[in-house]
Amino acid sequence: MSDPPPRPVPTLLDLFLTYGKIGLIGFGGINAWARRVLVEEKRWLTDQDYAETLGLGQVLPGPNALNAAIMVGDRFHGTAGAIVAPGAMFGGPLILLAGLATFYDAYGEVPLVRAVLAGVAAAAAGMVIGTAAKMTQKLKPPPALLAVGLTALVAAGVFRVPLPYVVLGLAPFGIWAARRAMRAR
Amino acid sequence: MTATVFWQLVLGFGAISLVSVGGGIAVLPEMHRLVVEVHGWMSDADFARRFALAQAAPGPNVLVVGLFGWHVGGIGGMLTAVLAMTLPTSFMAFGFSRLRARLAGRLWLKTIERGLVPIAVGLIAASGLILARGTATGWLPAVVTACSTLFVWRTDYSPLWVLGAGAVVGLAFL
Repeated sequence: MSDPPPRPVPTLLDLFLTYGKIGLIGFGGINAWARRVLVEEKRWLTDQDYAETLGLGQVLPGPNALNAAIMVGDRFHGTAGAIVAPGAMFGGPLILLAGLATFYDAYGEVPLVRAVLAGVAAAAAGMVIGTAAKMTQKLKPPPALLAVGLTALVAAGVFRVPLPYVVLGLAPFGIWAARRAMRAR
Repeated sequence: MTATVFWQLVLGFGAISLVSVGGGIAVLPEMHRLVVEVHGWMSDADFARRFALAQAAPGPNVLVVGLFGWHVGGIGGMLTAVLAMTLPTSFMAFGFSRLRARLAGRLWLKTIERGLVPIAVGLIAASGLILARGTATGWLPAVVTACSTLFVWRTDYSPLWVLGAGAVVGLAFL
């Protein structure tokens, strides 16, 4: 394995601006966009780094995108980073949502607004699915780990099993599969 | 916002956040119980509408609690609900992040981290699927979703392009 070029390290201002951007473009949820910006655009993290951080964010209680932002912020800038990254991620959308709540009470039923939102939502759904496909392709999981991922997809996406059961129920199998894969190497 | 409502928001969403393993949206049924059934702050239809609005807006999905807070206490209610839902678990996540840094490189921690990766990716895919089912009211939205999936998967262009295209298609045909 050859050494990849060194990854850029963000300043505190970078963290603030980048997470602010992730929050404001985060249609359909934050996680797919956070990966896009942190891994592809900024190259601060690898796909593996990002997926590991998000995985831990999911087993901890609390919004997983928030947990991941705290861990990413802490990783680069300690306590200050752990405050700035999630603060920026929530701040922008919160202001937007307050405006939207007012606007929606007045115009939400206008057919034009509904039509545009419906089109954006359909595209955002595809964006989220496409991100998962891309991550799988880049992470190249061995068959046992792939099976755990597919089980999570079917359980949560098709059968709508409550997420705590999916996460805590599959975690032992994922860890077992990872252990086997690491031993085999 | 009265003091009673303030404490109902703090205690209600604070308690819910502590059991929200897997993400803020995992506890939507619990939120429904608190907001609609226990306190009667809004009707079923209002609850669904607010949720749909938060989904359509960018930002963390969990911000929907801000809309519930807004409904009962204006801007103060919005901030109270969001902070109650996020602050307690944030301290836990921060503590864990520190612990993780101290244990970095341990084989067992690495194994756990790698084992959780497929669950993280699988759940991203699941949330996309659920979003898609919510929006697929005919063949056209389904086509938009399929094209967008392929575009994001197979190219490195910004996904903002497909969102823009989705808005135009919605404007023209839906």
